[in-house]
Amino acid sequence: MAEIIEKSKFVGQPIERVEDNILLQGKAQYSDHLATRPGTAHAAILRSPHAHAEIVSTDVSRAKAHPGVFDVLTGEDIEKISDPFLIVLRAPINQWALAVGKVRYVGEPVAIVIARDRYVAEDALSLIEVDYRALEPAVDQEAAALDGSPIVHEAAGSNVVSTREFTYGSPNEAFAEADKIVKIKVRYPRNSQTPLEGFVVNAEYISGEDLYDVASNYQGPFTSHPVMSMALRVRNSQLRMRMPQWSGGGFGIKVQIFPYVVLICLASKIVGRPVKWVEDKLEHLAAAAAAPNRVIELEAACKKDGTVTGFKFDQLDDYGAFLRAPMPGPLYRMHGILTGAYDIKHLAVRNRVVLTNKCPSAMVRGFGGPQMYYAIERVMHQVAAELDLDPLDVIRKNLVPEGVFPYRAAAGALLDSGDYPKAVELGVKEGGLEELKKRRDQARSEGKLYGIGYAAIVEPAQSNMGYLSNILPHSERQRNPKGGAAANATITVDPLGTVSVTADSIPQGQGHQTILSQIVADELGLKPQAIKVNLDFDTAKDAWSIATGNYSSRFSSATAVACYKAAQKIKDKLARIASQSLNVPPDQIGFAEGNIFDTLNPENSIKFYRAAGAAHWTPGALPEGMEPCVRETGSWSPPELESPNDKDQINTSLTYGFVFDYCGVEIDRDTGAVKIDKYVTTHDSGKLLNPLIADGQVYGAFAWGVGCALYEEFVYGEDGSFKTGTFADYLVPTSYEVPEPQIVHMESPSLVTPLGAKGIGEGNCMSTPVCIANAVADATGAKDLTLPLIASKVAKLIHADEDVPPSQDFQFTKDDGLLRGQGTAYVSATAQDVWRTLLDPVALAAIIPGCHKLDEVSKNSYRAEVTLGVGPVKGRFRAIVALSDMVEETSATLSGGLEGPLGASRGIGHVRLSETDGQTCITYDYAIELSGKVASVGGRMLKGAAKALVNQFFQRLTAQIYNSGTKNITDSGRQGNAIWQWIKRILGFKS
Amino acid sequence: MKPKGFDYLRADSVAEATEALAQGGEDARLIAGGMSLVPMLNFRLVEPSILIDISKIKDRKYIQEKNGMIEIGSATRQCELEKWDQVESKLPLLAKALPVLGHYQTRARGTICGSLVHADPSSELPLCLATLGGEVVLSSTKGERVVKAEEFQTGMLSVSKQSNEMVVAARYPIAQGETGYAFREMSQRHGDYAIVALAAVVTKNKIKLGVGGVADKPTVREWDHLDGTDLDDALNAFAWDLGGYDDIHATARYRRELVRRLGKKTIEEAKNASVR
Repeated sequence: MAEIIEKSKFVGQPIERVEDNILLQGKAQYSDHLATRPGTAHAAILRSPHAHAEIVSTDVSRAKAHPGVFDVLTGEDIEKISDPFLIVLRAPINQWALAVGKVRYVGEPVAIVIARDRYVAEDALSLIEVDYRALEPAVDQEAAALDGSPIVHEAAGSNVVSTREFTYGSPNEAFAEADKIVKIKVRYPRNSQTPLEGFVVNAEYISGEDLYDVASNYQGPFTSHPVMSMALRVRNSQLRMRMPQWSGGGFGIKVQIFPYVVLICLASKIVGRPVKWVEDKLEHLAAAAAAPNRVIELEAACKKDGTVTGFKFDQLDDYGAFLRAPMPGPLYRMHGILTGAYDIKHLAVRNRVVLTNKCPSAMVRGFGGPQMYYAIERVMHQVAAELDLDPLDVIRKNLVPEGVFPYRAAAGALLDSGDYPKAVELGVKEGGLEELKKRRDQARSEGKLYGIGYAAIVEPAQSNMGYLSNILPHSERQRNPKGGAAANATITVDPLGTVSVTADSIPQGQGHQTILSQIVADELGLKPQAIKVNLDFDTAKDAWSIATGNYSSRFSSATAVACYKAAQKIKDKLARIASQSLNVPPDQIGFAEGNIFDTLNPENSIKFYRAAGAAHWTPGALPEGMEPCVRETGSWSPPELESPNDKDQINTSLTYGFVFDYCGVEIDRDTGAVKIDKYVTTHDSGKLLNPLIADGQVYGAFAWGVGCALYEEFVYGEDGSFKTGTFADYLVPTSYEVPEPQIVHMESPSLVTPLGAKGIGEGNCMSTPVCIANAVADATGAKDLTLPLIASKVAKLIHADEDVPPSQDFQFTKDDGLLRGQGTAYVSATAQDVWRTLLDPVALAAIIPGCHKLDEVSKNSYRAEVTLGVGPVKGRFRAIVALSDMVEETSATLSGGLEGPLGASRGIGHVRLSETDGQTCITYDYAIELSGKVASVGGRMLKGAAKALVNQFFQRLTAQIYNSGTKNITDSGRQGNAIWQWIKRILGFKS
Repeated sequence: MKPKGFDYLRADSVAEATEALAQGGEDARLIAGGMSLVPMLNFRLVEPSILIDISKIKDRKYIQEKNGMIEIGSATRQCELEKWDQVESKLPLLAKALPVLGHYQTRARGTICGSLVHADPSSELPLCLATLGGEVVLSSTKGERVVKAEEFQTGMLSVSKQSNEMVVAARYPIAQGETGYAFREMSQRHGDYAIVALAAVVTKNKIKLGVGGVADKPTVREWDHLDGTDLDDALNAFAWDLGGYDDIHATARYRRELVRRLGKKTIEEAKNASVR
């Protein structure tokens, strides 16, 4: 189609973004700036410190009584007045806006305080007492998929809540006939492209109208609008969602605001006033959402020459604690294109969806692509390595050839246009691959570790709303077939001829205003500056559909097309009006320079504003049958987006661009740090609507790709604790770390959209992580690479095994994410004295650091209030301590737990006493799980802090024994101190 | 992420600040740059009763030479030392360390003394103070005392300052002739907390190496001149003795590896600098 390319004047030009003026002046109004009504209350959310626990009881009475607090709600309250969120699967995985009965991940909302202001609300959070019974968590996704794992949702019976197998072509034959089968297993980490602006919800329940009026930075897709209204038990029209024009970034995550929209709506209804909630950064990192971590086993059937004839995929995608709509999108959005950029006819797939005790997964820029291409491009690299071929030659050999478009991929994607071999050669030439190879050879000859990596991928855009149907067998999905993806845009020309545009793209900073103004300006013969594009959105007033929103690169092939169609309608109408006064048929009318004219006699013209004004000022004089005013909505859903067929083939997206990347990296032999020496990225994204904006999208996606490759991961401990709650631990690369990539463009206009444009904003999220990994593989020869390739991980690949420690006293501690330690302390007292002290509640109260109060609840079991901390960092906790496995004067086990606003902890310690010459040697070891806030923000210091606290315990034990006079010591202070110095010295070196 | 309520006092003099400290007791805290304290307040990891702002005390904003040391007042920002025209010649070790201390923006607010009091085990300024053998000046309503670096930082986030005392100045010894200084660190990204930071001071007869980011506080070891495998063995023993931990960014083993490898390079660099 690509019908406007020839005649465009502004489309295709690198026009500066109209958005930048207000953004760079800092005058854009973001969601947090939206005016709130007088009397608006502010909410703060209490979150679970546990990965998996039963909520035994919740006492909110003190929080409710706190001055300035309007109300406190728990899951029990919410359950009564709302329904669980609708999910894609028919499975008993119920989620409400607050945890009901059980918590399933660290950070899960447990209660909400609604108060006069956020400070008061947070004060009250610390007054809520939740009694948890900790359960074993399912953390590792592969372990969670096994029988016998703790179950996240008991009613579902298993953590594997969906398994689907697919066969395309004849994979078994392809593998039987293969010369070689290359197999890899990859573990793609959890990560997210963290926006500067977190979630914001302003909600007001308007009782007179029975309406929820919400202003929020929700980004769609609007498939989740009915999810919210159904949870709220209202019709769609009773949930009015307004989104401001300006966004501090979305990247997919901001669809996951929907549980909070419901929560704040319910809170508003209960307290009878508007309620505002703003997510903070810790809440965002711990509990907003993440791209699913995925384990993929991929086998490639190969011929000796590097031709790959078949793929066998086994994918296990981790969706965390709940399957929130539209999950498991990342597993199925890429389904049609599981063969990537390659002409591979035979494909077998097993997809499994597993739930674990982690934050729920969601859509994140790239949306399933980074995971899938990590496996595909790593296996292609490995094919080359194992067949001793050049990796680029293996790519070349397998690319979808030129001249076959539109090309139907094995699993159903209809590749709309392109010339992949040509794009590869263009990138090779423009980017200077031969010089890069020389650089590598030179570096290697100097003894440096240098590698070159490649990646070739297909970048899909505009999701088919039927893509998730493949999660059901054909027989089941036939009852309610889904497919297509509608877009809407509206253009209004007012009585003075001013043009304004609204559309359903909910932009997050991409420059949609600029591009829509270019499209409309071209159609109507105006300048882009004359077109006012307003992209704030109101579900009560704007045209929308379930596909509405900002995701899956749907702008250039969806909203932009709808806008183009609306502009054509306006043009047709104005041409008919003008044809009356110009006395020429409408098809002879042209639009340019603010005029509407006879194309055969341009002198014969009328001003654009006059023609438009006629529809307002003199509607009676309009051509017969024409409606007054000038306002047209364009809607568009491409016919190519069909439901999956009976062979499970589906065209998962509308357009498919092509990206070919290569890079050179150098690895520091001492530190393992990976430095990107050069990066070249070649894009064929069809017609570029605005090359400046296109490059901006590439830079952004590339920067995140570098983050995924080298820095970013949401890390969980084996106990399910969340360890990356700050940007000192979740490492987003900065301008120091991200080099400028060389961008090469080629334009093969799409044949399935009138504008010829495809998506470009996600490609490097998919290609860059694996391209860098392949370069590291080339440099190190390593096969098993797990992102992010942080320096310490790479160092392990390149450093020889470490010699044994010079001193035999060195004790290694097991690294399982727990705070472990061991040590030895000496006390100048008998074992009997030490034993007696440990068993005496009064003495124990004095020994436990920061103990305010200790009550014996049963024999050798105590409940205590303690303030614990290191340096200025302190927190109050409720503690339970018990002594068990007691062998008098010889050994005991101390176990217990802590709960407080800073987190929850469980621990176990073993103490053994042995006495020689009136001196007792205490050896101890401990293993502590720590979860919640302090574990999320203080990771770097936790082991040291735990050691310091245990040291304090023994320091106080020693002091207690001396002070209690059980031992007659002369000059106890001096001697105690000397002994203590000695103990500390030992601890300092050995524990 | 809002702090718990506290009183705020902007002190105009050391006397006013120490008086407020004396009255405020255990839960009074000083704030200067706030680059570490404010996040901790927002996380409610620290909940002071009163926050005493000492950043505006005029007579505490200085860099001056005193008895062979450079004395830096407690209101002096890190960027001011970084841009001080004599930092290269008088404090070459700090000249090398300051550019990797946090970020341009944090150095514009963070103070030298504040970083010493915060006592982060990975922090560059305490490491330099320990390696150079500097000292801090503490003041309270009862008077002043001077504490040597090795006695000042006692552990992770812990210093020997009493709750009624304020650090009024830090003193870094001035660079000596025929002495080489070198600083290196490995962090994930530019400006991140050091996984391992190393400061070396090499004279004709002595090698001194300070290591941060591994033990609970900067640790300094001194050797008579060593070379070749003797130096390797010494560094290896030091690396093991430091007893680092695994965390999500690096393993204890990786830290030992860096102490051995970068330790050697840092010493070499200092050695070469001393010859020039």
